[in-house]
Amino acid sequence: MKIQHLRFTCLLSDDIATFAGPPLSQTCEVSAVGTAHSLCLPQAGGTGGVTSELNPTVNSFQRKFVTEIKRCEEMERILGYLLREIKKSDIPLPEGEVNPVAPLPKHVMEQLQRLESELSEVTRNKEKLQKNLLELTEYTHMLQITRNFRETRQTHYEEFPFLEKDSMMDYTSMQRLGAKLGFISGLIQQVKIEAFERMLWRVCKGYTILSYAEINECLQNPDTGEVTRSVVFLISYWGDQIGQKVKKICDCYHCHLYPYPSSNEERTDVVNGLRSRIQDLHTVLHRTEDYLRQVLNKASESVYTWVIQVKKMKAIYHILNLCSFDVTNKCLIAEVWCPVNDLSVLRKALEDCSRKSGATVPSFVNRIPSSDIPPTLIRTNKFTSGFQNIVDAYGVGSYREVNPAPYTIITFPFLFAVMFGDLGHGLIMSLFALWMVIYENDRKLKRSRNEFWNTFYDGRYIILMMGLFSIYTGLIYNDCFSKSLNIFGSSWSVRAIWHSSTLSFILMVNTNAFLTLDPNVTGVFNGPYPFGIDPIWNMASNRLTFLNSYKMKMSVILGIIHMTFGVVLGGINHIHFRKKFNLFLMLIPELLFLLFLFGYLVFMVVFKWLAFSAANSQAAPSILIHFINMFLMQGDTIPHLYSGQKTLQVFLLVIALLAVPVLLLGKPVYLYWLHKGQNRFGVYRVSGYERVRRTSEEEMSLMRAHDMEEGSNHDSLTSSFDFADIFLHQSIHTIEYCLGCVSNTASYLRLWALSLAHAQLSEVLWAMVMRVGLRVGSRVGILFLVPVFGLFAVLTVSILLVMEGLSAFLHALRLHWVEFQNKFYSGAGTKFSPFAFSLIHTGFENDGLPL
Amino acid sequence: MVAHSLALPMICFTTLWGLVGIVAPIFVPKGPNRGVIITSLILTAVCCYLFWLIAILAQTNPLFGPQLKNETIWYLRYFWE
Repeated sequence: MKIQHLRFTCLLSDDIATFAGPPLSQTCEVSAVGTAHSLCLPQAGGTGGVTSELNPTVNSFQRKFVTEIKRCEEMERILGYLLREIKKSDIPLPEGEVNPVAPLPKHVMEQLQRLESELSEVTRNKEKLQKNLLELTEYTHMLQITRNFRETRQTHYEEFPFLEKDSMMDYTSMQRLGAKLGFISGLIQQVKIEAFERMLWRVCKGYTILSYAEINECLQNPDTGEVTRSVVFLISYWGDQIGQKVKKICDCYHCHLYPYPSSNEERTDVVNGLRSRIQDLHTVLHRTEDYLRQVLNKASESVYTWVIQVKKMKAIYHILNLCSFDVTNKCLIAEVWCPVNDLSVLRKALEDCSRKSGATVPSFVNRIPSSDIPPTLIRTNKFTSGFQNIVDAYGVGSYREVNPAPYTIITFPFLFAVMFGDLGHGLIMSLFALWMVIYENDRKLKRSRNEFWNTFYDGRYIILMMGLFSIYTGLIYNDCFSKSLNIFGSSWSVRAIWHSSTLSFILMVNTNAFLTLDPNVTGVFNGPYPFGIDPIWNMASNRLTFLNSYKMKMSVILGIIHMTFGVVLGGINHIHFRKKFNLFLMLIPELLFLLFLFGYLVFMVVFKWLAFSAANSQAAPSILIHFINMFLMQGDTIPHLYSGQKTLQVFLLVIALLAVPVLLLGKPVYLYWLHKGQNRFGVYRVSGYERVRRTSEEEMSLMRAHDMEEGSNHDSLTSSFDFADIFLHQSIHTIEYCLGCVSNTASYLRLWALSLAHAQLSEVLWAMVMRVGLRVGSRVGILFLVPVFGLFAVLTVSILLVMEGLSAFLHALRLHWVEFQNKFYSGAGTKFSPFAFSLIHTGFENDGLPL
Repeated sequence: MVAHSLALPMICFTTLWGLVGIVAPIFVPKGPNRGVIITSLILTAVCCYLFWLIAILAQTNPLFGPQLKNETIWYLRYFWE
């Protein structure tokens, strides 16, 4: 038995839980030796912990295990053939999950080859028998039908002997012609019989007599499996030449010809013989079919196991191809990335398989230093993986930076719900998602071929969260299929209007088409509705004036808070990567700029809400004008909101504007100063450059020695500090940030825009469809309401749920990807894709063939 | 119609979301998902509380009232009050 030494060289990484960020990297060397590589790799594959570096130098066809892979593919072909045969004979395949261990390929190969040869032999025999049976059946039919012809024709043939006797001349002339009566009989397809008859007439010019009759039963053509109707014909002709012509025509038309018996006794003999032969054939055929079924039944029990085993083997050989041989050509070396936390698991797996395969030299794992950036591993479960996919679609996180996915779990459905906000629609969405979640282990749901369904199924937890949050925002917006719920009793009182006026109620109502409730009048407005928007607004014609103002301010407030959160997460990144100076030179200026300008805007909005009521509504200022004046520093043109406003605004503006040059120049200047300082003192310090990676102790000492050898002018090359580059990056970042603050704040107004669109669509649907049905009188209305409600339901689902849902999903996604993640996320990493059997797709398509 | 105060809902909902966001994270059982669950609870509390707060603050001092059709006013007069 060949002894294989496996030496894994790995770069290890610590992993923390998903929200703190991807793994740390350390370098270390571990070595492992293993026997029977096909045992060790499955062990590693089972744990799902390692991923391999590609070996780029070797051509893929020269790799060692190419023959093995070819063998696996051959096995897959045989398995495909097996599955097709099983499906054809309608044998049920066992359901359920199987997870067999990957075996050595030789056993499986032998079994499969034996099965295949057996199957093909049996099928061939069966086909031959069926062909035979068909011929015999046709012959029987032909004999039966021609006997009928013979009996009706008896009179005709009497004429000939009569003619013979009649005149000597005729007899001799006929003999001289050498005319002899001949018969040709057989079967032809029904569709061809007319053309056949015409051809016969044209060629033989009346020297033939054709009689034909249909067969009642349909015969199956074994070659094509079709069922065709055939016609039995009998041709009587004079002369050999005519006979040859007739035979040629029969060949052209693919007739099945059978010998015509000359006498009645012969005919009955042949018929009896045929009958017994047919019976025998039937029994033999039955036996063959039974045997075939037996073989397929036996195969069907283990066919799924084999398919999965072959897949696993193929995957193993692909991975083994990526390994390289060491000098002695007896060891397989693989370079892998492995998380630090999983190193012990990996070691244990290698030890286990070394023990199992009984090798004398065990496999081992060696850590080696590397300057490559490790891939990013983030562990997720079935709930968080959906949200992680959303984040990864923008970009996989750089190694060890903050992962926005755990926050996305809540903020993404929340922002979706702000745009979708309808109680009824949210309820339907949640129920749909809940159904998918409860039945998530159903095999049919899991492995459908429909792409759309798979998309919905994979995002079932996202849809569930979106639905639940939509229920909440629907309650706050007080919008349920465009109707409001009056749970707590409205705060607005109608009766109080005319208490204060001199007119009577009826007169006032009759003379004015519209009346506006004035909150200034006592008793009209009685405090804010405790949960959500007051239900009276649903019936008001100036509803949008109020709602627009409310929703716009809400969007801006939510947006600024979301962006601030993003900036703070960036600060966490700085702390994590030990770049403390970034905190003062980037985080603080950014926060100052954002909060002192736009945070102040939020403050003004809230202040206006609290400080100004209907009593002094005339004096209520426009926030926007105040904001613009703040920038223009013209505080005197309009009355101020509060005392000291002008000085405060100037102060805030100055600080915010001062933050910009700090942001622009602070970091490059600091880094330049740091670098200059190093040069002068000749100390090699690990500074927090973005390009220099954290290296191991050995590398550090190597570099130090190198520096001292070559002198200080080498320093700039080894540390690769480029002031111009850093300055350029920083200026781009500053401009992007400052302009982005303004544009992104405005971009959050889409929260208002989409919720408005949704509410309006909902209202239109109600007014145009449902209300029409409800207004019809009750006799006709009962019947009429059924199709109306059907139309309402279909339009609600298709337009409001699917279309608006997708739209709000898209916009919430955009808000996350651009406005939120631009503040801190770089997303430039690669994904850690381990070799794991659970990731190999072991599903089947509908026709039973392995994918 | 019904008189609503500002103080009572304020106290109620602040305590409710305070319980969800501050007290509940203490009682999350230890496991691999503890961090994610705590983050989710805090974020849910913050988002939902903020959203409700904006809604109620926007309505405390309305600068104008609803404009209703006379039929609606008639209906409200006799059915809601």
